[in-house]
Amino acid sequence: MSVDQATVRRIARLARLSLSEADVAPLQGELNAILKFVEALESVDVDGIEPMTSVMPMKLRLRADVVNDGENVAGVTKNAPQSEDGFFLVPKVVE
Amino acid sequence: MTHAAAPLDIRTADPKKLIAGATGDWEIICGLEVHAQVTSQSKLFSGASTGFGAEANSHVSLVDAAMPGMLPVLNEECVRQAVRTGLGLKAEINKRSTFDRKNYFYPDLPQGYQISQFKSPIVGEGEVVVDVTPSEQIKVRIERLHLEQDAGKSLHDQSPTLSFVDLNRSGVALMEIVSKPDIRSADEARAYVTKLRSIMRYLGTCDGNMEEGSLRADVNVSVRKPGGALGTRCEIKNVNSIRFIGQAIDAEARRQIAILEDGGAIVQETRLFDPARGETRAMRSKEEAHDYRYFPDPDLLPLEFDDAFIAALRDKLPELPDAKKARFMADYGLTSYDAGVLVAEREAADYFEAVARGRDGKLAANWVINELFGRLNKEGLDIVHAPVSAASLGAIIDLIGSGAISGKIAKDLFEIVWTEGGDPAKIVAERGLQQVTDTGAISAAVDAIIAANPDKVAQAQAKPTMLGWFVGQVMKQTGGKANPQSVNELLKQKLGI
Repeated sequence: MSVDQATVRRIARLARLSLSEADVAPLQGELNAILKFVEALESVDVDGIEPMTSVMPMKLRLRADVVNDGENVAGVTKNAPQSEDGFFLVPKVVE
Repeated sequence: MTHAAAPLDIRTADPKKLIAGATGDWEIICGLEVHAQVTSQSKLFSGASTGFGAEANSHVSLVDAAMPGMLPVLNEECVRQAVRTGLGLKAEINKRSTFDRKNYFYPDLPQGYQISQFKSPIVGEGEVVVDVTPSEQIKVRIERLHLEQDAGKSLHDQSPTLSFVDLNRSGVALMEIVSKPDIRSADEARAYVTKLRSIMRYLGTCDGNMEEGSLRADVNVSVRKPGGALGTRCEIKNVNSIRFIGQAIDAEARRQIAILEDGGAIVQETRLFDPARGETRAMRSKEEAHDYRYFPDPDLLPLEFDDAFIAALRDKLPELPDAKKARFMADYGLTSYDAGVLVAEREAADYFEAVARGRDGKLAANWVINELFGRLNKEGLDIVHAPVSAASLGAIIDLIGSGAISGKIAKDLFEIVWTEGGDPAKIVAERGLQQVTDTGAISAAVDAIIAANPDKVAQAQAKPTMLGWFVGQVMKQTGGKANPQSVNELLKQKLGI
């Protein structure tokens, strides 16, 4: 499997990465090298094997439905580049 | 997954539901994805509160704000609520389900993905029986129900250059309930959502509060020639009231029919409904054609439980609207329509039962539906705030039953209890509202009216339907307290008709 340059641009767009035209060809090469490396896994026969979800035989832990977190506006917005009245302020996005 | 799929298209609409176009009739095909907020104290994967209307970003934990290194831990009550809802929808419960990441970027989604259940949902196929009209019942099949996180909220009108982001809703648990495309009109869609809401409110799994956004729907609409091949559909996102769902479907169907009849083709796309203009419009950003790149969330193991877990929840389910309606019809002799009206809200059904127990069920239903509901609607009140308690209404009905008051006076009494409160029997005694059954008193009134109106007497003797006029006069003279039956009998006797 390999990706063409249009796919590279598309993946960048989906990841909100801004690429210059000059970046596209080198990134295509790097991505294809990674894909080729991972391709080695395809030689393993996994027919009839359940996908593994954890290395350890663990079960999902659940929590009780209690409120024991939050009420920390200052902490939550501490790293925000801009905030006001407890809101995060971001460049305007309107649908 | 290779289960034998049920046919997608199981019914053709009743001809009267078709939409007339220039080239003949068209049929609407509609399926809904309803997003229902799970009733829980804390969020799906964090211990922050789900309370509505708090100050911006106060109900937010570092998990909800997606700070690096934070891990989601699943709320067990949200799991139970999803299973309860699945049981209420007569659906298959999946003892093993998994969580996936749905990737997209938006400022009110700090993780950059929504945790949802894409591949293996917690609830599989089920069905809902929907009363569209008193005489028409349809079945809407449920495709699946899965758990997912809600996003935060962005405000765009606070500043010309900035959007304000509040993450209080971020991470609140939602159930997405996906129907099969079994809906054939706006009325059916409204009735379906109303029924879903009713079931979830009975179960206590979603409060169904539209104003607070607890129930929203994505509406899929296509049109076709009746019984023909399915058309291309459009999805109308995030419609937030039952009324708007109906309007959006009609507006979108008309738009599609106009395009098709002009020889055009429908482009599959996501649209928004604008209630002010009553039309749908394409969303400006096409969201990269929905490339959500789902993959299993590595932070969460599969969710697994056993049959005992499901059985324990099943044992504690309340009586649901369909069962209650059947019981009301059987036990109280109610019509399907009256029973349906009474069971729509659990509180109303409980109120009715408190009134009806040990009394005439039909009479109780008439009083609750006509007098009580009528008055509540007029005042815009909810049944839990009804000024007349079920015990008081029961007492009023008992006073009619014992012959102490007439049906007409009972309505006045209801009004007094509604506005002033108090014990109905006491009010009747104190204000002298008792029905006059003393034939002597009624007789005197009848005689007086006959004596004063010889012309009417002659008319009545020629035309017995005139009797009503005399009954009215006697009732007026006795302040409505005369027993109407006695009045009737006496008049007939004295007028010789």
